[in-house]
Amino acid sequence: MKRISAGRWVEIALLEVDGLNVSYGGIKALRGISFKVEEGEIVALIGANGAGKSTTLRTLSGLVRAHGGTVKFNGVVMNKVPPFRVVEMGISQVPEGRRVFTRLTVMENLEMGAYTRKDGGVKETVREIFKRFPRLEERKNQLAGTLSGGEQQMLAIGRALMSRPRLLLMDEPSMGLAPMLVNEIFSIIKEINRSGTTILLVEQNAKMALSVSRRLYVLETGEIVASGEASDLAGDELIRKAYLGMH
Amino acid sequence: MYLQQLVNGLTLGSTYALIALGYTMVYGIIQLINFAHGEVYMIGAFVGLIMVAVYKVNFFLAMLAAMAVCVPLAVLIERVAYRPLRRSTRLAPLISAIGVSIFLQTLVTLMEGPNPKGFPQVIEDTVYVFGPVQFSKVQVIILVLAALLMLLLQYTVKYTRMGKAMRATSEDYETASLMGINVNRVISFTFALGAALAAAGGVLVGMYFNSIYPLMGVTVGLKSFCAAVLGGIGSIPGAVLGGMFLGVAEVFGVAVGFDTYRDAIAFGLLILVLLFKPTGLLGMPIQRKV
Repeated sequence: MKRISAGRWVEIALLEVDGLNVSYGGIKALRGISFKVEEGEIVALIGANGAGKSTTLRTLSGLVRAHGGTVKFNGVVMNKVPPFRVVEMGISQVPEGRRVFTRLTVMENLEMGAYTRKDGGVKETVREIFKRFPRLEERKNQLAGTLSGGEQQMLAIGRALMSRPRLLLMDEPSMGLAPMLVNEIFSIIKEINRSGTTILLVEQNAKMALSVSRRLYVLETGEIVASGEASDLAGDELIRKAYLGMH
Repeated sequence: MYLQQLVNGLTLGSTYALIALGYTMVYGIIQLINFAHGEVYMIGAFVGLIMVAVYKVNFFLAMLAAMAVCVPLAVLIERVAYRPLRRSTRLAPLISAIGVSIFLQTLVTLMEGPNPKGFPQVIEDTVYVFGPVQFSKVQVIILVLAALLMLLLQYTVKYTRMGKAMRATSEDYETASLMGINVNRVISFTFALGAALAAAGGVLVGMYFNSIYPLMGVTVGLKSFCAAVLGGIGSIPGAVLGGMFLGVAEVFGVAVGFDTYRDAIAFGLLILVLLFKPTGLLGMPIQRKV
């Protein structure tokens, strides 16, 4: 994407994170991480439990405040933007553990996803989502708490798409799902990306992350320790040992 | 005789229910027992009284005026006394609520004096007789208005955009904000709804019992809080059921001769119900997040 800056055309990424620092109490969760996501990509952040993956996404959504560094989305500094504005600006998140509203119906969950939209196209988006997830249409009047784990994940994804985000953040979409469902979820992720949504994916399942994303960053205790094209990283000896369980 | 007591009990119960709704909605959304809610009700009663006695407006206008004062008051209380404490311990806003409650009691005592005031007779003493039961006009107004307000609330919470946002926020405020819901605005709206109902309750009770004083919010507030807990705190139908249950129990208790223990009935019942159903009559089982 090109933008005019100081009278010249310069390349800027859709999302640019620079030297991001986040602490909880006195504990540093992110130690100056930098990465970027270009429009149209799927980028994955992989790493073990506690590496800071979820913290990164929570900071991007405005739930956690950074103590240093900048987050730029579409060229705009996002550090102080409250979470409900982040959605309006075009970033939405599928949170870890799905977090559907169990006491709301499937339809109401989707409506909540479109909360910031003021255009008249919400019904059309609901139709698109039902086309992608026919199971949700069958259950549209059921309470979300009665859905199976896989259905809840689909609802969480559908709900995040309701705001028609430019950038979709996905936190561990494969967590707790049966292997067959994991494959289904990842093919859905590819489809969503093909229809024009940029995706930043956080995964513990490094194999899956490598298979869908174009580029990856590896997080370890709050720092980025490796990054590169998926094809290069898949061949990297260290990555294979640490994250893919191969010897 | 029983039927007549039932009518009286339901009348009293619907005023408890109106106030209990405010406790339960606020608890549902920020897990705070808003101890200043009884004072909002008391101020509603005073505003109603002043409107009727000084400005000679009719009863409906007086009720609207009470709402117009109590709604911004409750929103202000949340903004000043609770919101700054949201990230602190759970005890801090509770103590702050008790502080607001004492402050408002004292303020009104200074302005209006401590003695009970009578409500001018704005509704004529007509009595309607249906077979063995008779309704005074005030009772009819209370029952009908309380029912209408509760239906309106049910509609708001179930079908409007803001109502759905309220339910989403009360289940998971963090995810609600990830949806683009301005959680602070939803919380303010919840306080506003509760205050409007409490203000209406204040004016209705003022008319019914004909006695308004600065400490009137204490007992009624505590009893309505009991009603909310009895029904299952956080549950809207629970608050209505708890209020009615308490009202009927109190009236029957007095009728069979326990009138000295009138106020003890509510609290005794609360203990009894909680012994057998710790989450209240319609309360949801406590879920722990994994």
